[in-house]
Amino acid sequence: MSTTTAVGGSSAWGRAPDVVIVGAGVVGAACALAASRAGLAVTVVDRGPLAGGTSSGGEGNLLVSDKPAGPELLLALHSLGHWQDVAAHLEEVTGHPLGGIELEHKGGLMVASRPETVAVLDRIADGQRALGVEAIQVGPESLPDLEPHLAPGLAGGVLYPQDGQLQPVLATATLLAAARRLGAVVRTEVEVTGLMRTGDRVRGVILAGGARIEASRVVNAAGPWAGQLAALAGVHLPILPRRGVVLVTQPLPPLVRRKVYAAEYVSNVASDSAGLESSAVVEGTPSGTILIGASRERVGFDPAIPTAVVRRLAAQAVELFPVLAGARLLRTYRGYRPYTPDHLPVIGEDPRAPGLIHACGHEGAGIVLAAGTGQLVAELLTGAPPSADLGPLGPARFEGAA
Amino acid sequence: MSGQSFTFEGRSVPFRPGQSVGAAVWAAGDRTLRTTRGEADPRGLFCGIGICHDCLVVIDDVGDQRACITPAEEGMVVRVQQGAVPPPAVAAAGHVGPGELLTTEVVVIGGGPAGMAAAAAATAGGAKVVLLDAEARVGGQYWRHGPHGLGAQHHAVEAFTALRTAVDGAAAIGLLTHRPRHRVWRVDPEGGRVVVHAVQACGGAGGEAGGEAGGGRPDGGGERPVTVAATAVVIATGAHDTVLPFPGWDLPGVLAAGGAQALLKEHQVLPGRRVVVAGTGPFLLSLAAGLAQAGAEVAAVFEAGDGRGWARRWRSATAVPRALIEGAQYAATLARQRIPVRARHIVVAARGRDRLEAVEVARLTGEGRLVPGSARWVRADALAVGWGFTPRLELAQQAGCTLGVSHAIGPAGAAAVVADAEGRTGVPGVYVAGEVGGIGGAPLAQVTGRLAGSAAAAWVRGVPSAPDGAELAERRRLSAFAATMHAAHPVPPGWVEALTPSTIVCRCEEVPADRLRHVVRELGATDPRTAKLLSRCGMGWCQGRVCGTAVDRLVADVTGRRPGGFVDARPVAAPVRLASLLDPADTPRPS
Ligand SMILES: Cc1cc2nc3c(=O)[nH]c(=O)nc-3n(C[C@H](O)[C@H](O)[C@H](O)COP(=O)(O)OP(=O)(O)OC[C@H]3O[C@@H](n4cnc5c(N)ncnc54)[C@H](O)[C@@H]3O)c2cc1C
Ligand code: FES
Repeated sequence: MSTTTAVGGSSAWGRAPDVVIVGAGVVGAACALAASRAGLAVTVVDRGPLAGGTSSGGEGNLLVSDKPAGPELLLALHSLGHWQDVAAHLEEVTGHPLGGIELEHKGGLMVASRPETVAVLDRIADGQRALGVEAIQVGPESLPDLEPHLAPGLAGGVLYPQDGQLQPVLATATLLAAARRLGAVVRTEVEVTGLMRTGDRVRGVILAGGARIEASRVVNAAGPWAGQLAALAGVHLPILPRRGVVLVTQPLPPLVRRKVYAAEYVSNVASDSAGLESSAVVEGTPSGTILIGASRERVGFDPAIPTAVVRRLAAQAVELFPVLAGARLLRTYRGYRPYTPDHLPVIGEDPRAPGLIHACGHEGAGIVLAAGTGQLVAELLTGAPPSADLGPLGPARFEGAA
Repeated sequence: MSGQSFTFEGRSVPFRPGQSVGAAVWAAGDRTLRTTRGEADPRGLFCGIGICHDCLVVIDDVGDQRACITPAEEGMVVRVQQGAVPPPAVAAAGHVGPGELLTTEVVVIGGGPAGMAAAAAATAGGAKVVLLDAEARVGGQYWRHGPHGLGAQHHAVEAFTALRTAVDGAAAIGLLTHRPRHRVWRVDPEGGRVVVHAVQACGGAGGEAGGEAGGGRPDGGGERPVTVAATAVVIATGAHDTVLPFPGWDLPGVLAAGGAQALLKEHQVLPGRRVVVAGTGPFLLSLAAGLAQAGAEVAAVFEAGDGRGWARRWRSATAVPRALIEGAQYAATLARQRIPVRARHIVVAARGRDRLEAVEVARLTGEGRLVPGSARWVRADALAVGWGFTPRLELAQQAGCTLGVSHAIGPAGAAAVVADAEGRTGVPGVYVAGEVGGIGGAPLAQVTGRLAGSAAAAWVRGVPSAPDGAELAERRRLSAFAATMHAAHPVPPGWVEALTPSTIVCRCEEVPADRLRHVVRELGATDPRTAKLLSRCGMGWCQGRVCGTAVDRLVADVTGRRPGGFVDARPVAAPVRLASLLDPADTPRPS
């Protein structure tokens, strides 16, 4: 059954939208708001509820710290700026500070247990600084002042004041609500089963049951399922799910001030391994629970939350914050990061299927990259010059790799 | 009185051996056990059986201990818990003991009527059994009792005695191991066997596991991981009260019906001096009769239904004469004590400063809506309210069982595990018994337990099961009766009309009704899961066990959809300390 959650707004049923966005995750939602703010008539469709995919299966970190100098870091810095702009817009329309999406720039702290690793961290930080990242070296003696409950004996770390977080499901829903105020139509629980095409050109979507929505442009914001959507246009897009498990503790008084993680995390993020990798990422939330992430495994869309993974994450968190040994685990959940072979998102019109614009493959950074992605997609849709370098992000880069 | 006591907020509180901290504090007249993180509102005992986590207290400087299930000990220092408190330093003090790995043929989870019957039947079928239960004593909710055994408050005592004898007998010859105070947090079927992960509550300040009478603080510093690897599992985890919000339902003194009964049956403590009983279902009459017998003044029983459902289904009702006789006995008790039973009435508010002082009730129309202007106040210091029971499905869900409408379904539209007549689920080696397969009461739980225990034992031996024809017939008859009971006691739509915008829906996270409605109306949530993620309803200590039914129904009320489709997956079935996850001895090697 299809449900329309459109409220108010001027755009409309009947009139063909300028663009159909497939996927009501954080990326699709950011694209919807940016396109609506650019004056386009937008329809968003999703086969599930809003934020029913990866956007409700991960954490909400806005990180620059875990990205070594390179195109992804540039994109993250670009996107952080757009999150500010988006949050200001959301504040204006909702009346809640920063839109009520629990956006906080609390800072991130990367720590290492061995001096050799600290040296590696420092080298990474040098490269990041050159691109405009604020990165402050922290000696072992200063760690307790920053994080009083951190394990003793660590060798040092780097503090990243720009790192922040938000609540991804609230963010997705609030972005979509703001888009609806500008006339966007959001239809959940309708699956796209085909794409309308003339030759190679994509001209709209075909829904389960046969209904069609015509539009001159279709945005593929289908997260880890984006490869399947691309296949409906006959194009190959190598996007694979990379499962991640998150642990949630009981509510606690503030014990962890920032987002704190162990240095191995960065190497895991950039890894190509299919096996289980994990390193502790520990952060407090406004509700008092502590989130512990994050494992990375390429096991397809296997819904399991293996007990072994839960144990591993718990052990790593306790190693970093011994005080958590006595805290109780209340819940675990998992999501599927949309993963590409070169760990970069795909943003751009597909030359093999004109009219199809990809906005997918954000892997473990879709939350931080969403605002910037929305902006870039809106620019592509309106023909405005791109505000960031799209060169490394184009879909054609996988050509021949398949 | 044995003269034992502990201190609560600096005052001395006497207790009888076996009484919980919460029961003793209640008996001493105190009501506030914790204050909330958000509004610093007072909270007291509510579910009474360790589900709701509303009664968290600080005992000997360790916080987050549920007063309702923590046995009182001489000299304890108990304080009201204000908001969130830091975790105890368990690893430092070595509180977590080394893990233990048990291997058996059938593991039965739950020691109530269904689990006891399953364990007895499995051992009768020749299987080696480990019986895991969270409580100190077998019996479950129905035969919940203190150290002195069953009493005037209990029914079918002969059946309990027979099961107890069977369980003890099997234990005596080494065929059965009963492990009390084990909380199972995870069930993993893996390659032809089932691995069950539990934590055992250890003594107060980190000592040994307590015996029957004392020790074993369930949430104290100590717990240790225990893993059971088995060929088959019978999941008999029972049910808890289904409750629905109304203004003031978070005031201390308002209790879930089952919580009020637990106070009475296990601790011989009255929930209050003047008690109102309300909600729907035959359980209310049994509770009211029990309260009256134990000396409480029962102001009235307010039953939302009006008996028409029973009248329409007279045939299946009369098929179980024992239930009718029991019902008649309760009615007679209430009549003797001149306790009014008001049909088609519902509680619409509770009032009081820091504790319940009065209950507002209203009449319901034939369609279950509030009759305008019919509300009136009834003075009471305790309210026991229940809308039937919700099966505890998390372990069955973890094991991969299919959920749906089984042989019977709870009055609030609760789901149950789909299983065949012998409790066999779609997952090889995984069986269910009792309320997990549908709410049906203790007699049905025992029948389904016997059938599932025998079938599991046959599975272990690799032979076809041979269920007894009479048992199967009994199961059908009792299931039909349960279905009649549920149909006769629907939740009336009027409860929604009683909510105000600020009525708390999620007790743990203090989420008011208007926030929940906001995320549906304004933020586009179309289902309970999305509504939960946006509003935090269901994300607290109890993980939606208390507010889940209300959230499901309120979301449906706004969207115009049908409620009842949502059962939250809970990959962690009971809160477990991170320290308990660390012991590698807890991980069985591949067999
Ligand atoms: C454990 C974990 C931790 C993470 N932590 C972080 C973090 O801290 N910071 C960060 O920035 N990122 C993090 N991420 C990554 C981030 O969550 C994702 O990159 C991001 O959510 C992707 O958003 P999306 O909108 O592209 O995809 P999704 O949220 O998956 O949305 C895609 C949507 O498309 C819909 N869809 C697919 N196919 C169809 C179809 N045919 N028809 C209709 N609809 C369709 C789906 O139903 C889905 O709703 C984490 C991820 C995981 C798993
Ligand atoms: S009442 Fe416990 S989570 Fe809502």
